[in-house]
Amino acid sequence: MRILNRTAGRLSRHRRGPLAGLAVLLTGLLLTGGLYAVFTPATASQAKTDDALIAEGRALFLVGCSSCHGLNGEGIQTDREGVNYGPSLVGVGAAAVDFQVGTGRMPMSTPGQQAPRKDVLYTEDEIAAMAAFVASLGPGPAIPSPEQYSLDGLSEEERQEAIVRGGQIFLTNCTACHNFNGSGGAMPEGGYAPSLKGVEERHIYQAMLTGPQAMDVFSDGNLSPEEKRDVIAYLKSIEEAPEYGGFGLGGLGPVSEGIFAWVLGVGSLVGFAIWIAAHSTRSKKDKVEA
Amino acid sequence: MSHTDDTLPVGVEADPIADPGLPAHHWRPTDVDEKAGKRAERQVAALFTLAIVCAILFVVAYFALEIGDNVDTFLGMGASTVALGSALGLGLLFTGIGIIQLARKLMADHEMVEYRHPAASSEEDREATLAALNAGLEESGIGRRPLVRNSLLGAVGALGLPAIVLLRDLGPNPWSDEVVDPENGGGLEHTLWAEGVRVVRDVVGTPIKVSDLEIGDLVNCQPARMFETDENGHPLVHGVDLQVAKSKASLVLLRMEPDDITPGRGRENWTVQGIVAYSKICTHVGCPISLNERTTHHLLCPCHQSTFDLADSGRVVFGPAARALPQLPLAVDAEGYLIAQSDFTEPVGPSFWERDSQ
Repeated sequence: MRILNRTAGRLSRHRRGPLAGLAVLLTGLLLTGGLYAVFTPATASQAKTDDALIAEGRALFLVGCSSCHGLNGEGIQTDREGVNYGPSLVGVGAAAVDFQVGTGRMPMSTPGQQAPRKDVLYTEDEIAAMAAFVASLGPGPAIPSPEQYSLDGLSEEERQEAIVRGGQIFLTNCTACHNFNGSGGAMPEGGYAPSLKGVEERHIYQAMLTGPQAMDVFSDGNLSPEEKRDVIAYLKSIEEAPEYGGFGLGGLGPVSEGIFAWVLGVGSLVGFAIWIAAHSTRSKKDKVEA
Repeated sequence: MSHTDDTLPVGVEADPIADPGLPAHHWRPTDVDEKAGKRAERQVAALFTLAIVCAILFVVAYFALEIGDNVDTFLGMGASTVALGSALGLGLLFTGIGIIQLARKLMADHEMVEYRHPAASSEEDREATLAALNAGLEESGIGRRPLVRNSLLGAVGALGLPAIVLLRDLGPNPWSDEVVDPENGGGLEHTLWAEGVRVVRDVVGTPIKVSDLEIGDLVNCQPARMFETDENGHPLVHGVDLQVAKSKASLVLLRMEPDDITPGRGRENWTVQGIVAYSKICTHVGCPISLNERTTHHLLCPCHQSTFDLADSGRVVFGPAARALPQLPLAVDAEGYLIAQSDFTEPVGPSFWERDSQ
């Protein structure tokens, strides 16, 4: 007890020293900073701040996108009412940029009815920067995380359930344009709904989330994230299913298969029949009557 | 030119044109050369033997190759499928080629002339037939006894009555009391939609809040009743009734910019903050449609390309449909969920006999 009293007395004497306040302040700052670094490692170690990312994205946007979408992503109106040269990007969100640029649809080579998928022109970092810039223009859907669209975490049983439910949702909401087999189909005025075969899970999810080009939006209030994942599970399951009948002919339906059977199938049989009956050798000799 | 020993029909001269100018007949090598004939014989026999081999291969492949385990062995096709198909196909092909080879090389190939005969029977045959028929009528007494004749006609005619009764039962009378049921959406003019019925998502059956939907969203919907169950958990509407109800009540719900909508006369309060709802059943021949272009709000029917403008009361802008898509008046209930103000104000789907043309 005596010793404790003596230590307290010594501390108490130091507390009144001229450097005590500074020491306490330094200790406090170090502790706060250290704890902050321990508990939020991701943001603390990120090389670029959000502002720098947006600035980089803006620079890329001004070069690659602004000729159609306007210097501030406000879109460019044409003379015809209601028709945009490039639509406004305010509020389309980072997910739209990640989808459009990540699948090569943007930048388009020419404005038109259809934005076809082509080679991706930007690196992942550049796409992230542009996505950050467009997201800063107005609130919109963010880039989904892998947990939302990935099927890896599902057990075999959960996956089967997801495929069944996803199939029903797909057949109700998607087949009108994208075909029952996800092979895509024709749309008015020269457009088409693209094939969904071989499309990355992330891009299928983002397409539902943002409604690219003429596609309807299936926002989280419309189809929940789990339902979107179920649709992806169904699409992947029909992609992996073996074609028991041999050539699938693109899975486009009875019209294309009927044309194939009638024109190529029956046509080649008729051609073959004509060919084998076409030639007939004749002799110049007369028959020797026996 | 050699003639058959076909007898010339009456009134036809032999060879009306003495020399029609046909080229002289040339024999085939197999006709004039013994060796060539033998060779052709061996070819034909070899083709038929190959066909036998193919038939045996088919049986061997059927039992030897597993089905299901090797679905993409050859060019993405299953080993069993390819083997069975090729064996059977080649077997038929070899048989066919063998027969053709036989016909072209070995069968007789001289030209023949066949004379046309009159199509009618001879005079004697016709007279004999008529005489037999008249004798039969006379002996049966039908001509002399009108009571027998008329009752026979009546008996045969009456057989049509069972046919009419059976055909009538092929479907319910759409105007009978048991079918026309406004309460339960029965009949051609009513659906399961009614005042206060919640609009729910198809497949999952969950109700929809206005705040759930973004601009550009399209939802395929059904009336809530379709997913309701009784106290034992059995669905209220099921089986054929469910299919019939679904074929009339299916709905497409869209949210668009409120400024884009041109409300129809008397339909100003049918939308909720840019949310519109239309029947999913095409007014042409009743295909379900949801092929929508978000940018133009045009809904296209894939069957015959009828196109409807959903921002303008479902007006037909293209195609064979004669009538706008029926619109469902929407409202919001106390809990904030979307409900119908009433049933559709006109019958959904294609035209039918009694429907007026409006």
